[in-house]
Amino acid sequence: MNYTFIALVENKPGVLNRVASLFRRRNFNIESLAVGRTEDPEVSRMTVVVDCPNGDMDAHKIEANLYKLVNVIDVQDVTRQPSVTRDLALIKIKVGPEKRAEVNGLAEIFRAHIVDVAVDSVIVEITGTEDKIEGMIELLRPLGIVEMVRTGQVAMTRGVNDGVRRVPGVAGNHRFEDMSELAEMAP
Amino acid sequence: MKKTGAEILWECVVREGVEVVFGYPGGANMPIYDAMLSYPVHHVLVRHEQGGAHMADGYARASGKVGMAMGTSGPGATNLVTGIATAMMDSVPVVFVTGQVAAHLIGGDAFQEVDVTGITLPITKHNYLVTRADEIAEVVREAFYIARSGRPGPVLIDICKNAQVEQCEFVYPETVKLPGYQPVDHAPKDALERAVKLIEKAQRPVILCGHGVLVSKAEEVLMNFAVKTQTPVASTLLGLGAFPASHELSLGMMGMHGEVHTNMAIQNSDLILAFGMRFDDRVTGTLKTYAPHAKKIHVEIDPSEVHKNVAVDVPLVGDLNTVLTDLVPMVDEYDHEEWKKQIHNWKSEADKRSIMNWPDDGKLYVPHLIEDIWKATGGGAIISTDVGQHQMWTAQYYALDKPNRWLSSGGAGTMGFGLPAAIGAWFADKEQEVWAVAGDGGFQMTAAELTTAVQEGANVKVAIMNNSFLGMVRQWQEFFFEKRYSAVNMLSPDFVKLAEAHGVPARRVTKREEVDEAIAWARSIKGPTVLEFRVEQEDAVYPMVPAGAALDQMIQRPARA
Ligand SMILES: Cc1ncc(C[n+]2csc(CCOP(=O)(O)OP(=O)(O)O)c2C)c(N)n1
Ligand SMILES: [Mg+2]
Repeated sequence: MNYTFIALVENKPGVLNRVASLFRRRNFNIESLAVGRTEDPEVSRMTVVVDCPNGDMDAHKIEANLYKLVNVIDVQDVTRQPSVTRDLALIKIKVGPEKRAEVNGLAEIFRAHIVDVAVDSVIVEITGTEDKIEGMIELLRPLGIVEMVRTGQVAMTRGVNDGVRRVPGVAGNHRFEDMSELAEMAP
Repeated sequence: MKKTGAEILWECVVREGVEVVFGYPGGANMPIYDAMLSYPVHHVLVRHEQGGAHMADGYARASGKVGMAMGTSGPGATNLVTGIATAMMDSVPVVFVTGQVAAHLIGGDAFQEVDVTGITLPITKHNYLVTRADEIAEVVREAFYIARSGRPGPVLIDICKNAQVEQCEFVYPETVKLPGYQPVDHAPKDALERAVKLIEKAQRPVILCGHGVLVSKAEEVLMNFAVKTQTPVASTLLGLGAFPASHELSLGMMGMHGEVHTNMAIQNSDLILAFGMRFDDRVTGTLKTYAPHAKKIHVEIDPSEVHKNVAVDVPLVGDLNTVLTDLVPMVDEYDHEEWKKQIHNWKSEADKRSIMNWPDDGKLYVPHLIEDIWKATGGGAIISTDVGQHQMWTAQYYALDKPNRWLSSGGAGTMGFGLPAAIGAWFADKEQEVWAVAGDGGFQMTAAELTTAVQEGANVKVAIMNNSFLGMVRQWQEFFFEKRYSAVNMLSPDFVKLAEAHGVPARRVTKREEVDEAIAWARSIKGPTVLEFRVEQEDAVYPMVPAGAALDQMIQRPARA
């Protein structure tokens, strides 16, 4: 199952490499990773979607290992937390003038935009959950997708609630002071 | 006041209390070496950077302080890599400083440019690439703090040549600013209470004493806990010395070459108290049948170790010393008489097979030699080992009563560690007797450091256990590959001549009756000595839990006819 983590990291050179290297070394599969600035210029924010075949036990491992990186400030698992998740895709479709209306119609349904029109192609920009984007891609495919790029998912929890923080004792921001409930799920 | 980056490095290093640094110069760190002359640090010129890394490691293990090693860019840095990985696997605090090509050349494949921070990323606790002089003070301060705090480990600082020579205002940073790095100390109260409940119910508890006991200096509180609850204490390879081997509650070493009664106790226990250890595969055997009846309490400072290999019932994440200090007043007194008797019976049964009870047949067996050295030194030497059979025998028979005297590469199992680690340890306390026990194979990996010992007058006694084999690999081939010996027969130089060529007095011992005199001779000389023992070639380390077998499925020494 895919888990979504939000990690706040120090905005320093090489931190992305450290995080990526850690996932490789501990043999976790990253489905997507998006990094960007935050309201604080010293802090970057990563949204990492990772396949966790062992469920919460893997999630615990990922959090605990991320904290081993000196530059990682905070990690939360928002998988089960009501949150807004967004991915952005640019999709170039090979269509001449005769089919543009069809693309336009689809775009409207998905609240996507046509952001470039050339003689025999258009670029559609769509923002939304991964599911929504997958849905649109399926419908566009028969028309002839020639190029596509996606940003990877970003996430933010709704309201004032954060996600789960499983790792005890780190930086005073832990909610779950013991991990005994995880014992059942061990390998 | 304005200073060069190299001067700032030494200003900070001296403030960290560094007195000795092990290193090797080259183009990319010459300004560092130049500036060093003005500071009160003793530099040990090693013969290979790997040796320097192990010396800093041995120094750190023996002193409890942060070790420091240096190398130049490119090959100098890559030569350090084995030593860095060794320190990482065993959580040893060492700061490595490497020179790097000038910042504007980085990425251009300049002469002796290697991506050292890239290479060492997975084998350091943290690392830095410094491109400007004004970064150095903060980085050095952080590096030492990170190396020694929490779960210790190696930190590498790669300093570009321009940053070494450029000048900037030197302001010593009074504090470190690391928002994401705050090691914990206390474990939460409710978790402690649940631990106490498990301890109350336990009939057959065992303490697993790991390296963390030494790191957090928890020997005394461990003793209080063990005595108050009358819980037997088994030790990991790296935990040896944290609990006195001669204590009636001591079970000695656990694991692959652990003692029979120790592994039996673990497998039959109903409560495991894992203190500062990480359930490495070498101590658990197969996880499927590991301590099947035991509840588990795990006191550990690194949350990523919790549930990593073995799921535990109560994790207490915090500094071991602090957690145990909190825990001791909360637990009651117990006696566990029956359990201790049961363990004693296992021990008496196993002792019948012990090589120590063999009649003397005139041959040299490593276990006997280790005991001889133990007797001669009153069990009080700092003892470092290389890796292989002799390492396990030393762990089994050099019974340690005091902490921080046992230097052995556990997690990495790095051959070549023994001699340089012993030299490093000598710098930690020059009055202390230091022995290095090495195999004929591993000794040759870093033998060049003998000259370093001579140049420094390091009073290190080397005992080479020469079985003319890569013995541990030979043993595995004997047990698990139908004795098909492949690449384990090793020709060695004349070790006595080799040592003498280095200016080290040396003797070869081939007979039992020469042993005591030879040890006494070595001890009587001030300065390095080498003893080569021609030992039984095809002896095997017993007991042995084959890789992947259950912990109580031990191959025991065949009974003597
Ligand atoms: C650098 C390195 N290379 C290879 C090994 C694998 N290895 C482990 S023990 C051993 C044999 C060591 O032989 P020796 O030093 O003679 O010690 P003995 O086992 O004979 O006591 C080898 C090759 C290792 N641990 N480290
Ligand atoms: Mg050998």
